[in-house]
Amino acid sequence: MVDLAHDLSVGHSSRLVAGLKRGGARLWIGVALVGILLLVSLLAPLIAPHDPIEQDLMSAQLPPAWINGGEPAYPFGTDSLGRCVLSRLIYSARTAVVVALIAASLAAVIGIAFGLIAGSFGGWVDQLTSRLIDVWMAFPPVLLSIVLAAVIGAGLTSVIAAIVVVDWTRFARVVRAETMTQLRRDYAAAARVIGLSRGGIMWLEILPNLVPLTVTLLAVEMGIAILVEVILSFVGISVAGDTPTWGGMIAEGRQIVHQAPWIMALPIGCIILSVIGFNLLGDGLRLLLDPVQRR
Amino acid sequence: MRWGEIIRRLVLIPPTLFGVAVIVFVLLRVVPGDPIAMMIPPGATPADITRLRAFYGLDQPILQQFVTWFGQVLNGDFGRSISVHQGVFELVLARLPATLELALLALLIAVGLGLIAALIGIHLRGRRMEWLVDIGIGVLLAVPDFLWALILLLLLGVLIPLLPISGRIDPQLDISFHSNFYLVESLLTGRFDVADALLHHMILPALALALPFAALVARILKTSLAEAEDQDYAQIARARGFSRPEILLREVFPNALIPTVALGGVQATLLLGGTVLVERIFSYEGIGNMAIDAVINRDFPLIQGLVLTFAVLFIALNLAVDLVVTLLDPRLRHG
Amino acid sequence: MTPALFIQGLRVTIGAGTSAANVLRGVSLELQPGEVRGLVGESGAGKSMLGRAVLGLLPANAAIAAGRIAFEGRDLLAMREPERRSLLGRRIALIPQDPMTSLNPVKRIGAQVAILLRHHLASSRRAALQRAAELLAEVAIREPERVLGLYPHEISGGMRQRVLIAMAFACDPSLVIADEPTTALDVTVQRQVLQLVERLRQRHGAAVLFVTHDLGVVAKICRTMTVLHAGRVLEEGETAHVLARPGHPYTRALLAATPRADRPAEALRPVPPSLIENLWSEAHQFDRLAAAGPA
Repeated sequence: MVDLAHDLSVGHSSRLVAGLKRGGARLWIGVALVGILLLVSLLAPLIAPHDPIEQDLMSAQLPPAWINGGEPAYPFGTDSLGRCVLSRLIYSARTAVVVALIAASLAAVIGIAFGLIAGSFGGWVDQLTSRLIDVWMAFPPVLLSIVLAAVIGAGLTSVIAAIVVVDWTRFARVVRAETMTQLRRDYAAAARVIGLSRGGIMWLEILPNLVPLTVTLLAVEMGIAILVEVILSFVGISVAGDTPTWGGMIAEGRQIVHQAPWIMALPIGCIILSVIGFNLLGDGLRLLLDPVQRR
Repeated sequence: MRWGEIIRRLVLIPPTLFGVAVIVFVLLRVVPGDPIAMMIPPGATPADITRLRAFYGLDQPILQQFVTWFGQVLNGDFGRSISVHQGVFELVLARLPATLELALLALLIAVGLGLIAALIGIHLRGRRMEWLVDIGIGVLLAVPDFLWALILLLLLGVLIPLLPISGRIDPQLDISFHSNFYLVESLLTGRFDVADALLHHMILPALALALPFAALVARILKTSLAEAEDQDYAQIARARGFSRPEILLREVFPNALIPTVALGGVQATLLLGGTVLVERIFSYEGIGNMAIDAVINRDFPLIQGLVLTFAVLFIALNLAVDLVVTLLDPRLRHG
Repeated sequence: MTPALFIQGLRVTIGAGTSAANVLRGVSLELQPGEVRGLVGESGAGKSMLGRAVLGLLPANAAIAAGRIAFEGRDLLAMREPERRSLLGRRIALIPQDPMTSLNPVKRIGAQVAILLRHHLASSRRAALQRAAELLAEVAIREPERVLGLYPHEISGGMRQRVLIAMAFACDPSLVIADEPTTALDVTVQRQVLQLVERLRQRHGAAVLFVTHDLGVVAKICRTMTVLHAGRVLEEGETAHVLARPGHPYTRALLAATPRADRPAEALRPVPPSLIENLWSEAHQFDRLAAAGPA
């Protein structure tokens, strides 16, 4: 097998190139899907054909325009109150994106802080954090966020808070483990020898090495945040009133699913595309930023 | 060493459950929102409200409330539901079997599908078609269970209405059961027509729970199979005249099973947690659906009881996985 | 007399297209029944690849480009798969290199030996286990019945190698390929294992192709030897003859680089780089010839 060493390294590098190529495709599809989502939510007022809460009871439950009985004014038809489905989809994207960006970033900041502290101080601090994470892992995440959102009350802030409180452990766990690994490496010891303080080592040596990991996690977390927002609005405890959300549209569509299945189908399609987009983006970023340890 | 680890886990269970209890309890009470306000009948006097608050102990300080509640819990008394006016323990116990049957069926489907997908994937290893299997697994994995629930509901419930999309059994069927394990009971007592009706209702929610988990099982198992197949002992089996299927089955599979159970088992909590929404979507009467009702009704005692129930299930599942892995891996057993 | 193993003009390449590399460049070799042949060469010479080619164990990216391998006059490469499989493990056996990784970690020793007997000799479960105990006793394992019930991690490396040797000779093979079976063992265990191989070979009358980089091992147990470099045979003949009067400068250099107990210690003399360069340019010339037309 020693004889193979030379040739294996050749095979390995060509596999790496192939891997990068594949990673590239994932990255670009991910970037494209997430880009479209961001663009749509940013330009919602410009591209939505109607006001998303404007009711037109005379033309309720119209099918999409390409189906018999549809109207060109409502490309994806209308819901039971005669609101434009396309416009509601577009404005829902806005809610989803806002929640995803803010909630995922906050969860990341809190989780990274906890992970760094636990991983670098060790001892009882680590014990305490680990026990806390244990307790969190014993909750069903979906139920916990539903309970949280319900007790905090309706509104965007409560949705974001629910996601942050439930999901900070995702970052904390990974960052804690990674910090411990990095601290055991030679360069951290070397930094200590040249007299860097703990904070200095953290800031200059450890944090930069955590970047690929956390960026990847962040992309994945945004996808998760979108899902949680959908779940909460589906259950009916997300943002208040007629603010359009994909989850709310699905819940409404569920009521009239036999008469107007498209009202439920369209937001599901949007959610799947968004989630796959964020997942591919995360995969692609991992391959891009950390090609050696790509598993 | 390994047994020591399991004992350590056992010792950690009570403090973890205590932590869960504290957090849920405090969480429910520090935030605004009065459950009594939702249950007072119109025309109730302030005296009535005060009496109700006192009845549920909501007029005392949080610490006092917690001590009282926790003391009762230790005695097996989980309090009374505010919205349904029954004992929490009895309520949960009546609904739990429905969820367990659903989760178990989902687990069986997931393991079956995952096994098939992994075997197809490993069979196609190194060929162009392997890529297709990987993509399929990736898509199944990216879409979570509650979206599958909605998709299945649309496809097989509405567009091609093959299966019922709501409930555990047809309401017009008048059947009596001795236990709440309807499916298990009907199978054991040989009432296969009833079991068939139950399965018809369960298949869509179970499939929704199973699909992402099946993809997970398939991915871990396929990777583990590939890794084990590259090991010396599997290669040498080739040089001993065994065919590839024989080697995969006899030499590779027992080894690949260990990481699959270890990683996949821990992730099975996702499947269990997924029952909350999937049950809701299919109006299936398990504890998940009940939990959402409890949240909407601000039924504090019921929420507390249900969250604790899920926590116990999660911890038990993790422990079971540890035990099975230890039994599968002789190196851990003797270590 | 039909040779136990007959290899003619064997050419093995790794990789495909422009990155393809030759690991064996037209190797021919003949092993008489009962002959013990040492196959020596440094890492990368292709000696392990030769053994693997006979056993059909080439890595997925390697292929036999030309040549013939015949076992007792039957062409192994032209043979149908079931027929080849019935020979492998029964008539042609392998003693692997690394005893630590060559036994299945989750199966008992008894099951691993027994399955071989049941597969090739159609023994019953009970007879197979009984025979397995005899085989273990034959390789000087004490309390063979007890060892049958143990897992690989419960016995020492030397003991595992003995189990593997017992498995190699389990079905009375007439050709055994020993792929550096002593490399992973410490020196005292090495000697015991060599004695064991020699004793079993005599008892079963098998021919042995002993792949090794250790000329000391070759001197001890091989009557004949073949020197391989850069995928070509440089020299072959009676071991005593080759070692006493090496005909090729590479063999001389290899011999000089082997530490010997019967000589005072001296500075190790590496193989001169100019010699290696010569050999490689000759090798590439062969490649060009092979590429120009069928050899």
